[in-house]
Amino acid sequence: MVAKPIVTADEAVELIREGDTVMVGGFLGCGSPPGLIDALEKRGTRNLTLVCNDTAFHNFKTGVCTHVAKLVAKKQFRKIVVSHIGTNQETQRQMNEGETEVVLVPQGTLAERIRAAGAGLGGVLTPTGVGTEVQDGKQVVELDGRKYLLEKALPGDVALLRAKKADKAGNLIFDKAARNFNPLIAMACRTVIVEADEIVEIGRLDPEIVVTPSVLVHYLVRAKK
Amino acid sequence: MEYVASKETIAKRIARIFKDGDVVNLGIGLPTLVGNYVPEGVTIVLQSENGFLGLGPAPAPGAEDPALVNAGGGFVTIQPGGAFFDSAMSFAIIRGGHVDATVLGVLEVDQQGNLANYKIPGKLVPGMGGAMDLTVGAKLVVAATEHFDKSGASKLLRTCKLPLTAANQVDFVCTDVGFFEVRNGTFVLKEYFKPYTVEYILEKTDADIVVDKDCREVEIS
Repeated sequence: MVAKPIVTADEAVELIREGDTVMVGGFLGCGSPPGLIDALEKRGTRNLTLVCNDTAFHNFKTGVCTHVAKLVAKKQFRKIVVSHIGTNQETQRQMNEGETEVVLVPQGTLAERIRAAGAGLGGVLTPTGVGTEVQDGKQVVELDGRKYLLEKALPGDVALLRAKKADKAGNLIFDKAARNFNPLIAMACRTVIVEADEIVEIGRLDPEIVVTPSVLVHYLVRAKK
Repeated sequence: MEYVASKETIAKRIARIFKDGDVVNLGIGLPTLVGNYVPEGVTIVLQSENGFLGLGPAPAPGAEDPALVNAGGGFVTIQPGGAFFDSAMSFAIIRGGHVDATVLGVLEVDQQGNLANYKIPGKLVPGMGGAMDLTVGAKLVVAATEHFDKSGASKLLRTCKLPLTAANQVDFVCTDVGFFEVRNGTFVLKEYFKPYTVEYILEKTDADIVVDKDCREVEIS
């Protein structure tokens, strides 16, 4: 197995170009890569499209602003594709004032569109959203008497993952509920960067328990302790 | 008769729906309370859509794990025999009919089984999260809601006015005054909760209600 480059978070985010679609793992921040997000905020790359489950927490009253919410607050996204923004008042404000395009996608559809992109599929047929606003503008396909929406695959440019452990080849395991979208976005982007809590030698991860295989991973970053 | 809102009544009644071994997904907020009232002798397996089966109660203070949270971001535990998985597997389980029941909160629910719970245009736009997948995928969809909103208006309607989370997917609606089935485009009153009466419910609810032939008074305690 070939070892992947181990780079710093600052070096890693230089791979993200203006206008890129960036996929970030995490569910309300659980499973988001903190060092990569901070580095991307520091670098200030703009005009990005975010694909993520949600935009984490931003509460105007308490001032709490976590994970990808930091990038939202810095106006680094021109478009945000997520399933939920209820915990981020700034995303809601930017959407309501027309500053940022926000596309809300049912969570299972979002997962499957990302997976489809990484699996070489053009899209998926899902019953989710039939008869709702989600159906607007989409092709409805009827199969064996049931209606489905044709949901197109959703590819990205750069994926930012958090893993519990990586070997130097890029095989990954995750930590409990911090897995969520991380294995999916690793399939769907041309450049996949993983912030790992621990990086071990090749051969030290049991192949039976690897969740994301190494061929999907391009760069490793050591998480700060 | 004075209406007194009671989330506890709703949670207690819904908890009696489940059979031993049912796989259940509880929405955030009022539906989460249902887990506190599952009768003795009935074990349900809770699915957490952020990626595991075997959702357990909140940990003891000091034992919180930032990697073990529920879909609302709250600290939880995992039961022996539980399993973690990614979001595609989580929603394959949900959409694929492997979840027996889901309990979801309500902004509006109507007699066609339509549910609106994710958006008030121009006012509140939290997003649908996993709710649209849960409503089409779970075998049983239970809407949990106080019978009236804060202004006193009926949450059960003839036709939802808000954007729908799901079209024709709701099977049961449980409020703090009664238990309803959605059947053939009407609410069917199955139980009315003490001290409310059938007459009260028919008069105050802005929807068509058929009283089931076996409708009965139930004391929720």
